[in-house]
Amino acid sequence: MNNKKKAFQSVLPATVAACLISMSSSAYAADNSDPIKVGVMLPFSGVYAGLGESTRNGLKQALKEQGNTIAGRPVEFIEMDTEAKPARAPEITSSLVDNQHADFVVGPVHSGVAMGMIKSIKGKDSIMIIPNAGANAATGAFCQPNVFRTSFSSWQTAFPMGKEAYDMGYKKIVTMSWNYGFGKESLAAFNESFTAAGGEVVKKMLVPFPKTEFQSYLTEIASIKPDAVFVFFAGGGAVKFVKDYDAMGLKGKIPLLGSGFLTEGTTKAQGPASEGVITTLHYADTLDIEKNTSFRQQYEALYGKPADLFAVQGYDAGQLIAAAVTATEGNTSDKAALIKQMEQLEIDSPRGAFHFSKAHNPIQTIYLRKVVNGQNTVIKTALENLEDPARGCKL
Amino acid sequence: MDTSLFLVQLLNGVQYGLLLFLIASGLTLVFGVMGILNLAHGSMYMIGAYLAYYFTTLTGSFFLAFIISGSIALLIGIVIERFLIIHLYKRDHLDQVLLTVGLIFIFNSIQSFVWGNDPLGVEVPALLSGSIKLTDIIEYPIYRLFISALCIVVAVSMYLTINKTKLGMMIRAGESDRAMVENLGVDISKLFTIVFAIGVFLASLAGIVSAPIVSLVPGMGEHVLISCFVVVVIGGLGSIKGAFVAALIVGIVDTYSSVLLPQISSMSIYLLMALILLVKPQGLFKN
Repeated sequence: MNNKKKAFQSVLPATVAACLISMSSSAYAADNSDPIKVGVMLPFSGVYAGLGESTRNGLKQALKEQGNTIAGRPVEFIEMDTEAKPARAPEITSSLVDNQHADFVVGPVHSGVAMGMIKSIKGKDSIMIIPNAGANAATGAFCQPNVFRTSFSSWQTAFPMGKEAYDMGYKKIVTMSWNYGFGKESLAAFNESFTAAGGEVVKKMLVPFPKTEFQSYLTEIASIKPDAVFVFFAGGGAVKFVKDYDAMGLKGKIPLLGSGFLTEGTTKAQGPASEGVITTLHYADTLDIEKNTSFRQQYEALYGKPADLFAVQGYDAGQLIAAAVTATEGNTSDKAALIKQMEQLEIDSPRGAFHFSKAHNPIQTIYLRKVVNGQNTVIKTALENLEDPARGCKL
Repeated sequence: MDTSLFLVQLLNGVQYGLLLFLIASGLTLVFGVMGILNLAHGSMYMIGAYLAYYFTTLTGSFFLAFIISGSIALLIGIVIERFLIIHLYKRDHLDQVLLTVGLIFIFNSIQSFVWGNDPLGVEVPALLSGSIKLTDIIEYPIYRLFISALCIVVAVSMYLTINKTKLGMMIRAGESDRAMVENLGVDISKLFTIVFAIGVFLASLAGIVSAPIVSLVPGMGEHVLISCFVVVVIGGLGSIKGAFVAALIVGIVDTYSSVLLPQISSMSIYLLMALILLVKPQGLFKN
């Protein structure tokens, strides 16, 4: 007992001293030779590992273009694996924000993780930049002054398709997705513009996540015989759905429409089944914009494989950090000034230039795309400079 | 729902059920004979699917890939049993869990390292592509019917092997009294190697034939494992007949519930499992 007490007494001063040192180092962060700390919270293992890797590659490419120094200050990355598990989000976020005093936290991919991060970073002295997670609430009901998003809201990726579908002559549509946030938000956004145009959603099907046994649903679609089908699926589920849809002989009879994720990074695995599928998204690999061409060339030279949507979104997070810190001449201690700069910036993105809405979500152009020879080819612009309605945001 | 639609959905259910049986049969066989609960069973399914992808891409022939992947799976089964599982026979179930969960991590890492994390797909072999017209509006993919036929062949061969051959006799004897079989001079360790290799082969076979109709993604094995457990638990741990009946029930219930009761379809098979276990705590066919 006595020994324990003694040990505690000798540890206590050391702990206090350590705390004081860490406090003083944070106050010191304003110095111009200190690194700019960028926390990176992405999934590097598990189902979303591929997305995490692309995002990180894009982020690092943007900062490499600056020679990894912004306004004379070096950039330091602190990487954390979220494993795409929402339960891990608060713990990792607070270690980056409270212990490491990161100036920026870039992440995550998964919307559930994003919600956990936002709760932990609310009111803190770090700026969060979301490079993917599209939950409407992140720049809607839960929007924060220190949270920005360089990707999209679910609403933005599906809303433009409603009007397009009606204009293509489809009056009766079946909608379908996994029964989870991203899917339900996408169907709701589609429904909003499709019914406003005069169309009717005759049936909405929600498949338990992550089930991929679609036969019974496809049989039902065949019996309903709608004019077209609008779906949200992504990744492995998207591959399976598009192949099953084709195998049931539906593709030739009932056109398949979707949010862009249906054919994003999946067409190779889908093979010929994806030909002709029409989707809307804020990017396409084949987008004919000078910035896109140069970005993709550099990416391939750096990483030895073609860039994708997630690389673009990570790249823009990097561009945002670089431009904002340059504008404040390297000062990252005054976060309010930094945020003010970020709100005014125009980002020269490979998807086309964009700036932020009041809720800190990109105001961006959405493209109508069709799979031709395994590639998402832009047919036309669906909606120019589309701003998310940011429902419930008071910024 | 009219009659023809009802029947097509029944076909969907039976076809899904047969596939579930193919996946679950190896798990229940190994448990029944050897008392080993192989949690890495789903990983074998995944490895089968990825091998099928690899060799189809390499050789251009799905049928060649089928044979090569199946042989490799048998080999993997023998190696795992000889070098790892062999140490577990005298230990308790916790050690089995630790080892086989470890195998899941190893196989997932191998998958990620060799094939990457992007979703992959295998084309349906040309000979079996296309579909058959069932009604005016509904077509059915030939490949899915092929899978069902294959599952029935596997089920019948398992039945015949276990009930009509000497190997089957030894398997049945090993199930009921291991010590006695050993005393009678049967080389039980060789028998175990064969049974485990067959178990791994069956899981991989399911993965191989599923490859053209599923998407190959990291973690695909774990998802399958859960459905597998539901089937095995409903059927009665270790009972192959039970697994067959349970797989068909699960397939049909899952199919109809997703159409008729979409609100509860995500938990329908678990509800079913709970109800059956309430009435028959050992499952439908106690081993």
